Amino acid sequence: MPRHPLSGATAIVGLGITPQGKVYGNTPVGFAVDAVRLALEDAGLERTDLDGLLLNPGLAWNDLGMGSFQLQQAMGLRDLRLSATMGLGGATASAMIQHAAQAIAAGLCTTVACIFSDAPLKPPTADRERTSSASAYGFVRGWEAAYGYFGVNAMYALVARRHMFRYGTTQDHLGAVAVAQRRWANLNPHAQMYDQPLTLEDYHRSRWVVEPFHLFDCCLVSNGGLAVIVTGADRARDLRRPPVYIRGMAQGHLGGDPSDTLSSGAVLTRGPALAMAGVTLRDVDVVELYDCYTFTVVVTLEDYGFCAKGEGGPFATENVTGPGGRLAVNTGGGQLSSFYMWGMTPVSEAVIQVRGNGGRRQVAKHDVALVSGNGGVLSTHSTLVLAREPT
Amino acid sequence: MSTYTKPLPQMTPEMAPFWEAARRHELVVQRCRGCGTPRFPARDICSRCLSREAEWAPVSGRGTVFSYTVMHQIYHPAFAAEVPYAVIVVELEEGARLLSNLVGCPVGDIAPGMPVEAVFEDVTPEVTLPKFRPRARR
Repeated sequence: MPRHPLSGATAIVGLGITPQGKVYGNTPVGFAVDAVRLALEDAGLERTDLDGLLLNPGLAWNDLGMGSFQLQQAMGLRDLRLSATMGLGGATASAMIQHAAQAIAAGLCTTVACIFSDAPLKPPTADRERTSSASAYGFVRGWEAAYGYFGVNAMYALVARRHMFRYGTTQDHLGAVAVAQRRWANLNPHAQMYDQPLTLEDYHRSRWVVEPFHLFDCCLVSNGGLAVIVTGADRARDLRRPPVYIRGMAQGHLGGDPSDTLSSGAVLTRGPALAMAGVTLRDVDVVELYDCYTFTVVVTLEDYGFCAKGEGGPFATENVTGPGGRLAVNTGGGQLSSFYMWGMTPVSEAVIQVRGNGGRRQVAKHDVALVSGNGGVLSTHSTLVLAREPT
Repeated sequence: MSTYTKPLPQMTPEMAPFWEAARRHELVVQRCRGCGTPRFPARDICSRCLSREAEWAPVSGRGTVFSYTVMHQIYHPAFAAEVPYAVIVVELEEGARLLSNLVGCPVGDIAPGMPVEAVFEDVTPEVTLPKFRPRARR
């Protein structure tokens, strides 16, 4: 079978991660600028090398009324050939990289920065000691507020409950995902939960947010910025870092009611993305899944076919997906235990692993990484297959 | 003067017939004139047949719990005394799914499939909230 023209044609050559978490005194634009600067430095490129800018603005950008073209001005970039503000929620990061790769492979531009940044957390004040994601993500939604129904946590909880009802997924299953990822985070000094071990008992004792989600079922809403630089394979080989080739890609957006489908768009992307990459699931060494909630990991494991539909709960036990297990999933601790930069979190950890820069958490064989992004409530989905070699 | 401090539903033009019926202690849902699909909340366009024609139709108020979540986190101060409380999705006998609260049932006893029926809570002189309570299985 002839190779797909996009497969291995481009690579991620730069990764920029600003400080993450309860980081105050910077703005969404400031985080974006810092992330791009770090990514260019990582790649050994200059600002003038960029001719494409793709932006996924986080929630705090809403107040700024800015998109990619205003960010271009703020960053002093000239003569761009690709610019877009993209909004597919958590699927945006991998989708931006796909659009960058497509434009570069088609010869429309050469070097694209893909950016996510956000600053939803406010510093603690005297009357409000704890900063929580409630203020950032607990937005009131019209008439539903009359029933005390607020925010994304509750929206996802209704879907998770259906999965539990239909497939027998248990609280222990969700807890196993949280524990496995925490064990990875305990090996990652950059993770916010690095020095905080978590047992299943700790998980069950943690406070409820909205049932069936405990505190440790929910991602760590973070301030920060994250950028990657994508360029053509030929140019990538001459740069500072080993290229992380973009071997396969696909998007899949199911539509309908997620309470009925109980699936992510991975069911649509797995075939085409793996085929483009010329690999099968068995060739995948590292799996970086979008994990806004533990539940999302359960569903996504099912939908990529790592286990049968409905068996993601039993599958996602500590011994399988944690350090030393047979499937390395969310090796940096993920959004649950490291930091939440929407879809950029799984992308960045895949780049680190494929490069072999994972330190104590480095997976021994790291030729092929599978990356997922998910937006809305299982509404949008994007998949990347990243690899050490272009073919 | 009302002392009710929780958020009240905005009387948007699309949803006004729902709240007006609730005030009369009647439950109605929007129904597409093109294909007959019942839907909630109100929308301009039917996602099934793309018709813009719709009517409001009375429904029995009987259904089952399709899904639920128990809210522990306080997102609004007026709910502070209420947590933990249940937000449910009811699947009505007529087919539409409504978001509401379950009352008269300990949160630990809720399960998908549980039969429920509508009750009407007059929270202010102008606003009535349809909610649901358990009903005997027939």
